[in-house]
Amino acid sequence: MIGVSGLSVTYGAVQALRDVSFDAEPGKITAVLGANGAGKTTLLRTISGLVKPRAGVVTLEGKTLTGTHAEDIVRRGVGHVPEGRGVIGEFSVEENLRLGSLVTHHGRSARREALERQYTLFPVLGERRRQAAATLSGGERQMLAMARALVAQPRVLLLDEPSLGLAPLVTADLMHTISDLCAASGLTVILVEQNAKSALRIADHAVVLYVGRVVANDRADVVAGDERLRQYYLGLVE
Amino acid sequence: MDAFLTSRIVSDILGGLTNGVIYALVALSLVLIWRSTRILNFAQGAMAMLAAYVGFAVLAPSTNYWVSMAVAIVAGVALGALTERTVVRLLYGKPEINPVVAMVGFLLVLESVAAAIWSTTSRSLPTPFSIIDWQLAGRPVAMSPFALYEVVTAVVVMVVVALVFQYTSVGLQLRAAALNPEVSRLLGVRVTRMLTLGWMLASGVGAVTAVLVASNYFTGLTPTTMDGVFAFGFIAAAVGGLDSPVGALVAGVLLGVVFQFVGDFINSNAIILVALGLLIVSLMVRPSGLFTRRTERRV
Repeated sequence: MIGVSGLSVTYGAVQALRDVSFDAEPGKITAVLGANGAGKTTLLRTISGLVKPRAGVVTLEGKTLTGTHAEDIVRRGVGHVPEGRGVIGEFSVEENLRLGSLVTHHGRSARREALERQYTLFPVLGERRRQAAATLSGGERQMLAMARALVAQPRVLLLDEPSLGLAPLVTADLMHTISDLCAASGLTVILVEQNAKSALRIADHAVVLYVGRVVANDRADVVAGDERLRQYYLGLVE
Repeated sequence: MDAFLTSRIVSDILGGLTNGVIYALVALSLVLIWRSTRILNFAQGAMAMLAAYVGFAVLAPSTNYWVSMAVAIVAGVALGALTERTVVRLLYGKPEINPVVAMVGFLLVLESVAAAIWSTTSRSLPTPFSIIDWQLAGRPVAMSPFALYEVVTAVVVMVVVALVFQYTSVGLQLRAAALNPEVSRLLGVRVTRMLTLGWMLASGVGAVTAVLVASNYFTGLTPTTMDGVFAFGFIAAAVGGLDSPVGALVAGVLLGVVFQFVGDFINSNAIILVALGLLIVSLMVRPSGLFTRRTERRV
């Protein structure tokens, strides 16, 4: 479980997060929703250690993560799939996955097995394992970015706008995959999305941010059913 | 073509190859550092020179050549780490001119330090192999056992570097840290450690180069031994593409051969002119270098 409490982040004079608190339960998908500039990406970057908060703490199963370097937080079991996917385009699919598997400190054969598991989960990656990641389609790149995080066998998966730039059908597929993964492995998922509609469809819990503040923190169906939230913060007007 | 001209051309190619692999090694260490830290290491030749001094002057002259070579490599690697941790670390994220000025300054400091300790008198290093050219049908062939040793050593170094980068986990992390430091951190790569490691590797390559250059009978080891070689290696790196190790190697060897022909058929004073001309033309025609792949950027 990930616990976020009293988190505040500033970039110079700009306050990106103000006193943000919520919990993300294991085996559940917590959606973090909000408009552009609401602080969603900053929140994930703070959890994974790329950004240092001015105040507040992030805990993983009760132990503090705040103050730990990003390269050690991933070793504690937090996988972050960054905005724009962050696949290394010059690397082949396989090299991207190999890079992701290095933190496990398993032997060569165990890492190989972990790679093969990803190829089973995402068969298209297996077909393209020798291809440069830059040549993949947007959906394939998103799968690669997720597989690369999963190959390290994380307990928590942070997904930043996985649907960005994807066709609706591809997005629907992707959301299914995320939902299946979460149910099957007890993974804690924090899903940042601008696409509130598709995120709420699979999420168990939803946190809505508005200029750095939490304006709603409830069950996903409650948030989805709240007319005021839908209209003012999520832009879901029928 | 008469036999004389043929042998002259063959000699130029072989002689050019011997010089060219040296330029290629210099270019390779420049590329290694440029790719990982975006810094042009103008002090690279001087760092290599210092490593060679440590290997050959600090130890008694009676020591074995191979022991001295090993000591020089260790010294080079250590100097690379030290330089990255102290001088270079202050330069990350600074305006582009800062590293240039700092590294040129560092070059002068190292050369002065070497001159103060060991004087500017040329020191001849032992050569492990004969420098007398082989003969073929009574004619010398512009290739001596020592020249062959230079070429073989350079090729071995290049192959080892390529294997490390392409097939090992450390190589994968070195490349990842250079291409995308932030994503690398998210995947657990210790990026700052990789930057240090990149400098160590490049300086190790530099140390080997300096020992090869200084054990050449005509140059010997002086605090400025590497200056000329560095200039040509730098041009090779710029022509081949600072981002392309293969480009640096090919350009280094080609430059060596071209210079040899220019020196033989025109005038050895024209070599510098041709070198600078090539640099200017390549910067005008293909500023990113002949061998740099243009990577498509999609948003």
